[in-house]
Amino acid sequence: MATAADRVPVAKTYKIYIDGKFPRTESGRYLAINDKRGALLANVCRSSRKDFRNAVVAARKAQPGWAKASAYLRGQILYRIAEMLEGRREQFVAELRAGGVTAKAAEQDVDRSIDRLIYFAGWADKYQQVFSAVNPVSSSHFNFSVLEPMGVVAIIAPDEPGLLGLVSNIAPAIAGGNTLVALASETEPLSAISFAEVLHASDVPAGVVNILSGLKSELIEHFASHMDVNAVVCCEGGRKQRRQVQTLAAENVKRTVFRIDTDWRDAGALNPYLIRDTQEVKTTWHPIGV
Amino acid sequence: MATAENTLAFSGGWEYAPAPESTDHIEVASRYGLFIDGDFVRPEKGRYFDTINPATEERLSRVALAGPEDVDKAVKAARKAYSSVWSRMKPAERGKYIFRIARMLQERAREFAAIESLDGGKPIRESRDIDIPLAAAHFFYYAGWADKLEYAFPGRRPRPLGVAGQVIPWNFPLLMAAWKIAPALAAGNTVVLKPAETTPLTALKLAELIADAGLPPGVVNIVTGAGDTGSAIVEHPGVNKVAFTGSTAVGKRIQKALAGGRKSYTLELGGKAANIVFADAAIDQAVEGIVNGIFFNQGHVCCAGSRLFVQESVADEVVEKLSQRMETLIVGDPLDKNTDIGAINSKMQLDKIRDYLKVGEAEGGSLHQASGKLPRKGYWCRPAFFTGVSQSSRVVQEEIFGPVLAIQTFRTFDEALEKANNTPYGLSGGVWTDKGAKIFRMTQGLKAGVVWANTFNKFDPTSPFGGYKESGVGREGGLHGLDAYLRLGE
Repeated sequence: MATAADRVPVAKTYKIYIDGKFPRTESGRYLAINDKRGALLANVCRSSRKDFRNAVVAARKAQPGWAKASAYLRGQILYRIAEMLEGRREQFVAELRAGGVTAKAAEQDVDRSIDRLIYFAGWADKYQQVFSAVNPVSSSHFNFSVLEPMGVVAIIAPDEPGLLGLVSNIAPAIAGGNTLVALASETEPLSAISFAEVLHASDVPAGVVNILSGLKSELIEHFASHMDVNAVVCCEGGRKQRRQVQTLAAENVKRTVFRIDTDWRDAGALNPYLIRDTQEVKTTWHPIGV
Repeated sequence: MATAENTLAFSGGWEYAPAPESTDHIEVASRYGLFIDGDFVRPEKGRYFDTINPATEERLSRVALAGPEDVDKAVKAARKAYSSVWSRMKPAERGKYIFRIARMLQERAREFAAIESLDGGKPIRESRDIDIPLAAAHFFYYAGWADKLEYAFPGRRPRPLGVAGQVIPWNFPLLMAAWKIAPALAAGNTVVLKPAETTPLTALKLAELIADAGLPPGVVNIVTGAGDTGSAIVEHPGVNKVAFTGSTAVGKRIQKALAGGRKSYTLELGGKAANIVFADAAIDQAVEGIVNGIFFNQGHVCCAGSRLFVQESVADEVVEKLSQRMETLIVGDPLDKNTDIGAINSKMQLDKIRDYLKVGEAEGGSLHQASGKLPRKGYWCRPAFFTGVSQSSRVVQEEIFGPVLAIQTFRTFDEALEKANNTPYGLSGGVWTDKGAKIFRMTQGLKAGVVWANTFNKFDPTSPFGGYKESGVGREGGLHGLDAYLRLGE
């Protein structure tokens, strides 16, 4: 912090993002985030189970509307998020650097985050054509299979890279019409939380994306067990967490997706299968003839 | 319910003479071993169990009970066949073997149909016209995929998973075996499959056929037994992929058992499908659809249209027509070509259905059951429906897996959709209306993997099948059904 300066800078309060609003955690708890030298950067919210449940309620409420939004509109909103992030590029670079990321790496990660949003903005009205099918059944029926969003997706974002990892998991889920609750990186949460402000300014309807900060060890079981969550995407944890998540997920036959070894900076993280991961296939039959 | 004079003027008008399918051409051995590594072998512990004809309660054959040691042998045979033969074979040649299975199944279709009806109780009309032809079609469809897999997944390099452990139910014994084996083999995997304990015979006949077709030993292994045998397959460390069709309760147990491991899985579980009839539907067709939806295969169908929602203004008409139509359904000898509803698959299942009939009445529902005579021996249930039930009734919420329909009414579109989706299941659904826009709004709104509009219970190898929510994970059939048996690398 500045000493004896002409002007004292205003520090930001990092809050969570639920239903298009920025509340503090209902629990009143916090986590101190320090820079490399141990100096305090910010106190972030240590979200509780109750925060998560509130976020799921918001996500469920927003789901039908978002799923019904046209693919064109979802693409434009994703594009809009990229525009907003581009405009605040310097802030995000500075935030990553403050957390210990080198200048070059910080710039690259922010650029990649912007470009990733553009990439999935472009997929919003195309993945359906790639993955759907008209099925040549033998009987006299018209039969087709389309993708539909799974619904509410709970995401444990990767710890590293904090911003790019979060963006890389949010973008394909919402491109496909899901709504979500994401737990931001535990080690680099600041830029992730600031990303909520970008979303807020990008015409993303309230509740479509909800972002919490907090401890995985505390929240992962609730992400996996909540009965109104359709799928859980987990980017952190070893075999033990995997077992925990899948065991709890079985209670409502939740779909589980693990993206543990993904290198989010690699070109391999650019593909529409990330969208397909949180889609159901629906097949419709209708007779031909009168 | 006060039934007016039956305008179908059927019962009593004339009697059908018996028209039994002949069984003199079929061969069922008195005892079957386990099909492992290309041969029928004795189970290690030497234990066998009976498989009976549910229409006569007589024993058809004795079948080996596979223990963990037998399952281990089967998995090792499958592994060896995978590494040394099947994964190295040119995909086009692999496909030719699968084509050959399809053709031989067509040749022996009538024999398989008769055995299916004997062992499982389903009417010969269904096993002859639906189960067996569809099973053959499934092999034919997936055979052609074997050398074309990269076209199914743009930008990916699909590779097989290894050994697939597959556990199937008793309602469509051969068809479920085909659903499981055909895509697994086409994708380059080898298989250990367990048929249900009440209906093992057609899977064992398929094993004979596969041996006749000259498939390399170990590519397909078929082991018989009950739940413990299934668990041994699911939990065997040498299995790379688990495919299960059965109840949601067992599906959840499997999901938990596999938690944290490397095995991939697909689950095709229970259902409680809504069948929604709007006032503007073609009512007579809808009634046929309701009958097909719930009484097909004695209601032993995971995607059965077991919850009927009728728009209030036509409810009396639909219920009256349905009850009249039910009087014409012939319950009896599965091998008789006139039979509409065959035998309930097992004593256990019959008891379960009877319990639900009691529960439904105890909860205040009014039960209507067709009249008509039943054979003296065997397991039978007359087609039935409940009216006066609510969303919270157990007969509305729980899967009965029998010829029992729960009827409710609705006034508005939104009410119908909300009631239809108010279930943890999401396998299938149906809608009846003459308005195209209404069809699409309903088929989009239903949270279910398969939706039939102005039809019900249709299946095809090219058509993906599988559930939303607690009805399962993954799809079987069609291009989308390949996914479950492949690793999609870059």
